[in-house]
Amino acid sequence: MSVLVYVEQVDGKFKKSVFEAVSYAKAIADKTGTSLTAVSIGNVADNELQELGKYGAAKVLNVASAELKNFVNQAYAAVIAEAAQKEGAEIIVLSNSFSGKGLAPRVAVKLKAGLVDGAIELPQLDGGKFLVKKGAFSGKAFAVTELISANKVIALNPNAFGVKESPVTAAIEAFSPAVQATDLTAIVKEIVRATDKVSLPDAELVVSAGRGLKGPENWGMIEELAGLLGAATACSKPVSDADWRPHSEHVGQTGIAISPNLYIAIGISGAIQHLAGVSSSKVIVVINKDPEAPFFKVADYGIVGDAFEVVPKLIEALKAHQA
Amino acid sequence: MKILVCISNVPDTTTKITFTNDNTQFNTAGVTFIVNPYDEIALSRAIELCAGGKGTVTVINVGESATEPTIRKTLAIGADDAVRIDAAPRDAYFTAFQIAEYAKEGNFDMILTGRESIDYNGAQIAAMVGGFLDIPSISIIKKLDYDGTTATLEREIEGGKEVVTVTGKFVASCAEGVALPIIPTMRGIMSARSKPLAVVAAQPIEEVIKVVQFETPPTRGTVKLIPAEEAANLISLLHTEAKVI
Ligand SMILES: Cc1cc2nc3c(=O)[nH]c(=O)nc-3n(C[C@H](O)[C@H](O)[C@H](O)COP(=O)(O)OP(=O)(O)OC[C@H]3O[C@@H](n4cnc5c(N)ncnc54)[C@H](O)[C@@H]3O)c2cc1C
Ligand SMILES: Nc1ncnc2c1ncn2[C@@H]1O[C@H](COP(=O)(O)O)[C@@H](O)[C@H]1O
Repeated sequence: MSVLVYVEQVDGKFKKSVFEAVSYAKAIADKTGTSLTAVSIGNVADNELQELGKYGAAKVLNVASAELKNFVNQAYAAVIAEAAQKEGAEIIVLSNSFSGKGLAPRVAVKLKAGLVDGAIELPQLDGGKFLVKKGAFSGKAFAVTELISANKVIALNPNAFGVKESPVTAAIEAFSPAVQATDLTAIVKEIVRATDKVSLPDAELVVSAGRGLKGPENWGMIEELAGLLGAATACSKPVSDADWRPHSEHVGQTGIAISPNLYIAIGISGAIQHLAGVSSSKVIVVINKDPEAPFFKVADYGIVGDAFEVVPKLIEALKAHQA
Repeated sequence: MKILVCISNVPDTTTKITFTNDNTQFNTAGVTFIVNPYDEIALSRAIELCAGGKGTVTVINVGESATEPTIRKTLAIGADDAVRIDAAPRDAYFTAFQIAEYAKEGNFDMILTGRESIDYNGAQIAAMVGGFLDIPSISIIKKLDYDGTTATLEREIEGGKEVVTVTGKFVASCAEGVALPIIPTMRGIMSARSKPLAVVAAQPIEEVIKVVQFETPPTRGTVKLIPAEEAANLISLLHTEAKVI
């Protein structure tokens, strides 16, 4: 028996959210008294695979087949299910990334497993029950979910658990599962990825702005503040609807949901649909000229003031702080 | 062309969420239900693709009779006919299985869902339906074009996008960008009343998960206000007190 963690690679590298998933899977393996195996699909160098040992993966199955270079969830799900069977793993962990969201449900169907998507805590093993907490109702509630089936799939939300070291030496083993042509009919034609920017779902720090900024020409100071912090940028829905900012930055109920360590909201009123996507942020800072703005009710720190005066002051202070 | 669009019936986005029965059940008292906003996007794209007699759009909902007003709304938006699988949508695995069982018979060219339902936020149904039917599924798409045989889809990835093509049947979950929601017209609303809505019995499938308890998030302490003139202090507070930078 073991716990299996799928480690998603991007251009041959693992991101922090992967090490987080490995740390989480290792904690489950310790809790259930088993060992941890990772499965990697695509072209990853041995020294990068070895990194997984730092977080507790004693064994790494390396699937380095050329036809599996690009992510096709149908084929990847088949590989992960086969790896789980080979390892006798009943608990499968992966990161709830964009790819993870398309992959975890297929793994669950293959293994007739219950799935918790977007887990935010370690499972509680309570009198024979296997309970996992996840967010529900767009950040307005949590659902404690029991996984009843023998096989269990857990997709961990980024930034929910943190990276924890638990060093072992990872034994790397080549793994060549049988892949069927029918699992590879979706064809990846093109991948466009901005590499110079922090990606929003993974970001630990986020600077976000709303309609209070008046127009797209005023985002320079937002970018500058985010740049100094090493933060990702986000926006409210009307801002992306008006094409002031790209849709990929839109957070909230109909945008993406994030849970960074710090969320700075500038010129955003704090409508319930906006809060739905950001309320699980650990620390919330609100800058708004209206003291009655609803966002202040859920903020940890607030500045009542004009963004065009406050933000330049923050940039100055941050430069001084970093000097 | 035949398109199947999966519709979920969810609480209105402004609903205050509370629970009953010792926090094991969502309290539906006084709650207004709507078509899941992402499903409206999926439906609108399906209607666009089928416009001008190029095909038909069927909507499917797994739900008890109380969801019928929501189903009628999707007929008013422009779906041709509807199916309700008569069962409470116990969980995503159960719901996806019901949709897949129905789709097996229907010979649909594509099955569209919303990116996620705004109540349980699973984002699971599309990929599970693909899994049960053993056909490709593409989750969280921002764009969908179809030339009658091959679909070109743009999928969201961290910091960018991926372009995928599929020939043959597939399932996709739609996010913002796929289409602008179509607003029902008066004529649409009138004609919705007479469009067919079939009710089909559910098929048995094993239970794999169960929600045992809901919790509401802890309320935050009161906000610490910093005077605008002293904005610089925020940086030191974030460093020394909140320890996030
Ligand atoms: C079905 C549905 C789904 C939705 N989904 C989302 C979603 O996912 N995400 C989302 O964000 N919204 C969503 N909305 C929209 C939401 O209801 C609000 O309309 C939106 O969040 C408001 O955006 P805003 O705060 O940027 O703009 P506004 O509400 O216009 O607020 C602007 C704020 O800026 C402040 N301000 C103005 N000038 C300054 C200044 N110089 N300095 C400082 N502050 C200033 C004002 O006091 C005000 O509080 C949804 C709505 C519906 C109906
Ligand atoms: N009860 C249901 N009946 C039909 N389709 C559903 C149902 N629940 C969810 N869906 C579809 O699946 C999508 C994703 O839902 P979920 O996986 O619950 O987040 C929704 O946007 C709908 O398109």
